[in-house]
Amino acid sequence: MALNGTEAVRAESLVRHYKLGQSIIRAVDGVTLSVKKGEFAALLGASGSGKSTLMNLIAGLDHATSGAIVVEGLNLAALKREQLALYRRHTVGMVFQSFNLVPTMTLTENVELPMRFAEVDRGERKTRVQEALRQVGLGERLEHRPSEMSGGEQQRAALARALVNRPKLLLADEPTGNLDSKTGKEIMDLIRDLNRTLGMTVIMVTHERALAERYANRLIFLGDGKLLSESANTPGGAR
Amino acid sequence: MKAYDLLELSGRNLREAMLRNSLTTLGIGVGVASLVAMLSLGIGLQRLLTKQLGKSSLFDSVFVTSRQDFRPRRPGADATPLTPPKPLDDAARKSFEKLPGVIEVYPSLGSVAEFRLSDGPSSEPQTGVLSGLPPSSRSSEAFDDFQGRYFSGPNAAEAILKTDFARELLGLPEIRDTDVKLTSDQAAKLLGKDLVLRYAERQSQPAPGASGQPPDAAASFNVVRKELKLKIVGIVTSEPVRGIPRTGQTSVFLPVAFAESLNMIQPGDLRTIMRQNEGKTYLALIVHMAKSGSVPAAEDEIKKQGYNAFSILDASRGLAIAFRIVDVFLGIFGSLALAVASLGIVNTLVMAILERRREIGIMKAVGASDGDVKKIFFVEAGSMGLLGGCLGVLMGWLIGRVINWGVNAYFTRQGFASQDIWYVPLWLVAFAIGFSILVSLLAGLYPASRAAKLDPVQALRHE
Ligand SMILES: Nc1ncnc2c1ncn2[C@@H]1O[C@H](COP(=O)(O)OP(=O)(O)OP(=O)(O)O)[C@@H](O)[C@H]1O
Ligand SMILES: [Mg+2]
Repeated sequence: MALNGTEAVRAESLVRHYKLGQSIIRAVDGVTLSVKKGEFAALLGASGSGKSTLMNLIAGLDHATSGAIVVEGLNLAALKREQLALYRRHTVGMVFQSFNLVPTMTLTENVELPMRFAEVDRGERKTRVQEALRQVGLGERLEHRPSEMSGGEQQRAALARALVNRPKLLLADEPTGNLDSKTGKEIMDLIRDLNRTLGMTVIMVTHERALAERYANRLIFLGDGKLLSESANTPGGAR
Repeated sequence: MKAYDLLELSGRNLREAMLRNSLTTLGIGVGVASLVAMLSLGIGLQRLLTKQLGKSSLFDSVFVTSRQDFRPRRPGADATPLTPPKPLDDAARKSFEKLPGVIEVYPSLGSVAEFRLSDGPSSEPQTGVLSGLPPSSRSSEAFDDFQGRYFSGPNAAEAILKTDFARELLGLPEIRDTDVKLTSDQAAKLLGKDLVLRYAERQSQPAPGASGQPPDAAASFNVVRKELKLKIVGIVTSEPVRGIPRTGQTSVFLPVAFAESLNMIQPGDLRTIMRQNEGKTYLALIVHMAKSGSVPAAEDEIKKQGYNAFSILDASRGLAIAFRIVDVFLGIFGSLALAVASLGIVNTLVMAILERRREIGIMKAVGASDGDVKKIFFVEAGSMGLLGGCLGVLMGWLIGRVINWGVNAYFTRQGFASQDIWYVPLWLVAFAIGFSILVSLLAGLYPASRAAKLDPVQALRHE
């Protein structure tokens, strides 16, 4: 299965089953979809519909039970663990609902972390950290630990960390789920700006349809691990 | 991942759980300390023994007897074929002197004689054992610290007394501890004074009519009582051991060449007189080699010539093996503590995995490979091993100092010279730290691979 030049992600009959004792949970159950480069796609669906599971498969954190998933020309199912680590390091950036910053590291250190694994020179790290923090609008109290910062600030730092290795694909799993609506809007605006200015492909999980319609140019609906429908969307409510 | 990042990440993890990691490291330290303590005791004792034996040059001498007098216990077991027994006479002595690496060959003389001071508190004659000392005995430990001086020459009519016999001569009460020196007042009463020696001289008598025989080849001999004045020049507390250690019963030492010239009757003389056509023979000869390395060859050669030969070097090989075994056992006991401590590392790191589950998940999500995670845990284990190793060497060294100090305090009170029974060579320091790191890395093996295999999706699931 080859990607045509404009495709960023393509899933073909993608299946992820979990075995729980005797029963089999079909978290992702035969999903076929494609996301174009530079697109802002929103994954919508009820709780337990398999959104996060699909995201983890795209992120290379999880292995599909069957089917294929190709991101930026890489067939993830065929990659070894070591190669998957490289893929996560350079091709995707992730943000989570619960921020997932390392609690014992300062914001700067958290942003720097991916570059340690990518073996970026120390001199360059500083400038890249500064650049990423500027992109997300963080400039103060950078030497504080996450627990001393507001949720919005933490999510900005998490976003900076996702950007710092300059990935082609940004995966956001309910990035505003733990934020109030005003702060959530700020984060969403930020993601949209990154999508527009850097041309970064964005896939975002949300169960707020309104949010998806406001920012995404493509809506994907999941239900019980299956693709229910797909539609193009014109982002509305732009400031 | 680059080395400094690895060190930084591991270091911050170690610092985050400071108390727990310190305790684990301390545990490793105690283990290493016990290993160092055990091994340095073994090494110290062995070193002390070798030093003492080496100084008394037991290792560079071969003790030779005639097979006529002493038959080997198991003739068949000896590798060298048995040649007919030969007398241990002057010809034999000359042939030993020609062996490569020989410094001197001298008879092991030991005769009972009577001694008295020509003027002194006790005019009663005292019976004592007289033996000869070769010139090389000057370097013996007994002369490290003694009263008076050494013989002025190999043929000097001079005597060196053992302290216990000196006390007898002075009529002082006997004391148990023979290591106590005379007071300088007491020594002054002896040093430089004349000692009258009364002994039995062997005077050979040629067989009637057999005039062609060498003068020493006597058919019989007379025993004549002789008296001689010796000058007391020195007093030693211990026996200057040469060749085969005697059990310290010698009372008076004379230069060996001078003692020989006295022709005192020897225990073997009665036996030789019963054999025919034999001149003067020796009961035992001591062949002193320049290096202990040449002892085995000389020993073999002498055996080949038909004599009994014996060396401490030979006998001490068993001792060396015994010490190796002791070392191994001490090492095993020491390592046991380290093994227990390494379980502490396993425990600490497994705990750390549980605590840092989410963090490991995050690291994997942002691009850490299994290998990166594994390395971080390995470096943590290795660092605890390194720190514990250094700490342990330090503690072990201190323990050693304290025990050494205690033992020496006891030694000094008992009148012995203080000794280092404890020795920590540099290689032991390196070995202990290296071993500690190795054990720690082995202990880190399981936690590290478990951390590396952690499923990031599970780890990141918000509870
Ligand atoms: N490790 C697992 N073992 C068993 N079942 C699992 C596992 N992970 C997920 N599931 C199940 O798979 C299904 C999909 O879960 P997933 O987290 O993808 O849903 P979601 O759409 O992200 O839901 P939410 O909106 O609540 O985050 C759920 O029914 C969940 O219980
Ligand atoms: Mg989810």
